Amino acid sequence: MSTLTEAPPPLAPAEPAKQSPRKRGRFTPYWLLLPGLLWLVIFFALPMIYQASTSVQTGSLEEGYKVTWHLATYWDALVEYWPQFLRSVFYAAAATVMCLLLGYPLAYLIAFRAGRWRNLIMILVIAPFFTSFLIRTLAWKTILADNGPVVHTLNTLHILDLTDWIGWTAGDRVLATPLAVVCGLTYNFLPFMILPLYTSLERIDGRLHEAAGDLYAKPWTTFRKVTFPLSMPGVVSGTLLTFIPAAGDYVNAELLGSTDTRMIGNVIQTQFLRILDYPTAAALSFILMAAILFMVTVYIRRSGTEDLV
Amino acid sequence: MTTTDSSGDVRLTGIGKTYGSFTAVHPLDLTVPQGSFFALLGASGCGKTTTLRMIAGLEEPTSGTVYLGDQEVTHLPPYKRPVNTVFQSYALFPHLDIFENVAFGLRRRGIKSVKKQVEEMLELVQLGEQARKKPHQLSGGQQQRVAVARALINHPKVLLLDEPLGALDLKLRRQMQLELKRIQTEVGITFIHVTHDQEEAMTMADTVAVMNAGRVEQLGAPTDLYENPQTTFVANFLGTSNLIEAEVDTKNGGDIVLKAGGDKLVLPESRCAAPTKTGGKVLVGIRPEKIALTHADDAGSIPEGRNRITGKIADASFIGVSTQYVIDTPVCDEFAVYVQNVERDGRLVPGADVVLHWSPAHTFGLDAAQDIDAGVETVEEEAA
Repeated sequence: MSTLTEAPPPLAPAEPAKQSPRKRGRFTPYWLLLPGLLWLVIFFALPMIYQASTSVQTGSLEEGYKVTWHLATYWDALVEYWPQFLRSVFYAAAATVMCLLLGYPLAYLIAFRAGRWRNLIMILVIAPFFTSFLIRTLAWKTILADNGPVVHTLNTLHILDLTDWIGWTAGDRVLATPLAVVCGLTYNFLPFMILPLYTSLERIDGRLHEAAGDLYAKPWTTFRKVTFPLSMPGVVSGTLLTFIPAAGDYVNAELLGSTDTRMIGNVIQTQFLRILDYPTAAALSFILMAAILFMVTVYIRRSGTEDLV
Repeated sequence: MTTTDSSGDVRLTGIGKTYGSFTAVHPLDLTVPQGSFFALLGASGCGKTTTLRMIAGLEEPTSGTVYLGDQEVTHLPPYKRPVNTVFQSYALFPHLDIFENVAFGLRRRGIKSVKKQVEEMLELVQLGEQARKKPHQLSGGQQQRVAVARALINHPKVLLLDEPLGALDLKLRRQMQLELKRIQTEVGITFIHVTHDQEEAMTMADTVAVMNAGRVEQLGAPTDLYENPQTTFVANFLGTSNLIEAEVDTKNGGDIVLKAGGDKLVLPESRCAAPTKTGGKVLVGIRPEKIALTHADDAGSIPEGRNRITGKIADASFIGVSTQYVIDTPVCDEFAVYVQNVERDGRLVPGADVVLHWSPAHTFGLDAAQDIDAGVETVEEEAA
């Protein structure tokens, strides 16, 4: 190649930096945010403020409620209803664990083994949503009926003796026991566990399994060391999506439980709709929200999912 | 490098794989000597990766057996085979750092103190500084080296490489080719390398098996494959060949005299891969860089005894070290000729009448019953 005999002319001075695009364009993102923002304000922020103010009011239905900054409502509610709080957390946790144990194998199967049946199984997972939550829960009343096949089988296998012993069932029945409530919660929130699990399992590159096998990992080790850690985002979001609504649920305890299995949701519902003690109901709601927020934060910190992907 | 000890050879006997009615690999026999750098070369879908996966245990062969040394491993799961793989696009564990990725195989075999070995291995692939990074924080070339280190640390009997350089850009690929070659020389482990890049196969491997449509077309040292292709596929897939159809005229000592168009060409019988009988057809091949180009006016200066064909320059492209000509000849209208730019003849421009001539020793003969264009399309496709 011959050398250049003449340097190229220097570049013309760069044009002054372009003015920001038309003014209107600059605000477009905010306009697009507006509907969602309005929704949040009207249906979340305002009710929250209203509820907060309710929780510190005193008075009665006849004389009207006034904001008196009566924070003792919180303390009183906590003192009176802590067993229901504990029970809610315990039932929700039990249901979440059950969902994980039932949902993980199914999500794994759909993601890696189902082949052309994948879509069909996914539809089956979602199918229960086509009927009402209430009806599905009522159906469990029939399933767990005292002389139904489920109770009969559990009885024959002496499983009820075991659950009786740990206090999950009473006598020869399942209905109106903690077991029934946890079963109902598990059933109703199972899809919320399966869907995020499936999504994160499905994203795992199949070659990683091959690579683990190639590096002397037996199938179970491959699962422990590769598949499960990589599915942690799904496990975390699945457990949150199950635990949070389950802790606040009252339908399952109402329909499948008894007075001994009342959860905090039932207490709030009764306070609000039957006793009409709005301040206590509002205070209980706030305590529940704070408790869940606290547990979720600790959980996410502990599981360290922000490090994944 | 290649030892005579055969206890570590990889032997495939009658190994084949079919998927339903599709035959990915026709039963083939292959022996890879211990310590060699062996390349399986072919276009995508030719069965080279399937063959590799059968050695790794990731694919169950439909027929045949796989031996690693004296051990039959045909039906062993991958985690029981003394073989490791460098996967296409690496398959590094995204949730583990580089150190743990490399240590994975050692830990699975219950080795507790892995630190020294891992550090040495990272040093070998020049990644000592990156040990605590996650794979996604590394560049493509670095990830590739981690994949090699992760496999090599287990001291496998055989290292399998499945298109390991496919995801890298050209410059990095050249660099990694030398790097892999260096590592292989250093550790002395048998490498079986699958690639569609003929240049990669030729620069790295001691022995290359060219595969096409589930069969091994030809196996040999790179120079041997290039100089003495046995099929049109190999002739076209490895580099470029000019193939012309010719008729056997006479046999003269060790030479065959052929007629192509109006010209007579001489082909050493030892370089003809096809049966020849007088009057029969063969394909005569000649590599573009073996041909010299002389302007028709100087035809008298061409030494006696060289094969010659007359033609007209149809196109010339200057690419720096050489000029590539396309010559229109009576026997073939797109005869490729590469001429080194040592002394350029200003008369060799499109439209000029020229004589192409070459030494008969560079001519090769192939069976005329084959597709003359086999392997041509695929080369262009893959190179793109």
